[in-house]
Amino acid sequence: MTKYLSLFKIRFLTGLQYRAAALAGLATQFAWGGFYILFYKALNEANPAALPMEMGQLASYVWLNQAFIMMYATWFWDKEIADAISSGSVAYELTRPTDVYAMWFFKDMGNRTSRAMLRAWPILLFAVLLPAPYGFSAPDDWRIVPAFLISMLLAFVITVSFSMLMYVSTFYTVSPLGVRVFLTAASEFLAGQLIPLPFFPQAWQKAVALLPFASMNNAPFRIYSGHIAGRELWLTLALQCFWAVAMIALGRAMMGRATRKLIIQGG
Amino acid sequence: MRLYLQYLSIHLRSVMQHKVSLFLTAAGQALMSFTSLFSIYFVMNRFYEIGGFTFQEISLCFSVVLMAFSVAECFARGFDTFASIIGNGEFDRMMVRPRGAVFQVIASKFEFTRVGRFLQAAGVMIYAVTTADVAWTGRKILTLVFMTVSGVIIFSCLFVIYAALCFFTTEGLEFMNVFTDGGREHGKYPFSIYGKHVLRFFTYVVPLALVQYYPFLYITGRTDNILYMFLPLAGALFAIPSFLLWKIGLRHYKSTGS
Repeated sequence: MTKYLSLFKIRFLTGLQYRAAALAGLATQFAWGGFYILFYKALNEANPAALPMEMGQLASYVWLNQAFIMMYATWFWDKEIADAISSGSVAYELTRPTDVYAMWFFKDMGNRTSRAMLRAWPILLFAVLLPAPYGFSAPDDWRIVPAFLISMLLAFVITVSFSMLMYVSTFYTVSPLGVRVFLTAASEFLAGQLIPLPFFPQAWQKAVALLPFASMNNAPFRIYSGHIAGRELWLTLALQCFWAVAMIALGRAMMGRATRKLIIQGG
Repeated sequence: MRLYLQYLSIHLRSVMQHKVSLFLTAAGQALMSFTSLFSIYFVMNRFYEIGGFTFQEISLCFSVVLMAFSVAECFARGFDTFASIIGNGEFDRMMVRPRGAVFQVIASKFEFTRVGRFLQAAGVMIYAVTTADVAWTGRKILTLVFMTVSGVIIFSCLFVIYAALCFFTTEGLEFMNVFTDGGREHGKYPFSIYGKHVLRFFTYVVPLALVQYYPFLYITGRTDNILYMFLPLAGALFAIPSFLLWKIGLRHYKSTGS
């Protein structure tokens, strides 16, 4: 386990070097967040009754989403991992006395965490300062915090395991761009990164809630603002546990199959 | 122009070598904007109208912006990846060739995969044009054409500015994506709904509202002022400061070495 943790640490520390990029990213994320807030503000003013979440809840959702985007973005793509597969250098990795799936998993996690850590705090701190219903507010009930943190972690594991599926798919197609663009588009939508899932029509919501995508950023962010509470909270956490295990199992199975009959081209 | 067509055919032949990948990527691109359209539909399903605009009207706005963006991205993609052109020294090679730098950057890349997005935008536009509550006249159709063409110009200019800034920073400036991707994503709704400050910004600084909100008012009959029909053409003037910035950048250019 220590070796995987140290891989995580290496990636994390490397990621921390990109401070200028993070600074530029900050401004970008503020602007995007601001746009979303203004949009929901317009909706709220048009017809507050039709808004499926309270304005304050929506604002917290938007700012959490911007702050932790690097942790939950399915478009985040670790070039090193993907290139290792398409360039064939994966052969070296396979000869190492480590589990390649776990190795990549922790690398990807470390990479994402460092980027998120650089961005999250300034964004949230700034968003706290915004006027009442449009800023980032503290949860109504502090007892929710442990559940929120557990949900964040589970969501993170699920997102990374989904990325792993996309990396592994590179084994099966030599040109992974198409598959990737397709999956990214679908997952972003179904994870509620375009509009929060409560905006979906009732029938859609029921189906979409069961998919692994709803267990990503959607779950913790809505737990935070108290939009998911009571019995639903426990069900959500249970579903997240299920998907975390299932996605890792699927990724491992696909990777195992791919590496058993892997053909490295060229010499 | 003949040279450009030749470049085009080379690019086309090269992507045709990986047909499946091309079609999948194009399909993915189309899906991406489909999810965007779905999100509008879901919101409108709940609210019926935003800022007084109906779903059909907003889809018209969405399709114009999406079409302009996808065409601009097809042709001006070279500027979008300009950071790497400077970074790997490719630009030094361009400078010694007997053609304009702008031409070569444009010809260096052509994104055929954006065809997916374009076709989808065309589909939505046809739907919106036929179902929106608009009495179509020759002038209004002309306005729609102005909007799309000027939209292409403005988005292309944004890519050029992005590239011009690379002369100073060598790296791409992530912030520009607020105007390019952000312009596409948030521009699917008329800019007026974001409040008057945002509208002012997109009128006077980055004139995207000139190809979207104002002529759109004319098309939907919210104003009879014929001036609004020609505002997209004024928006196209954005090309002048963009190319000035490019020229200044070009003079400032220092090779990154090899």
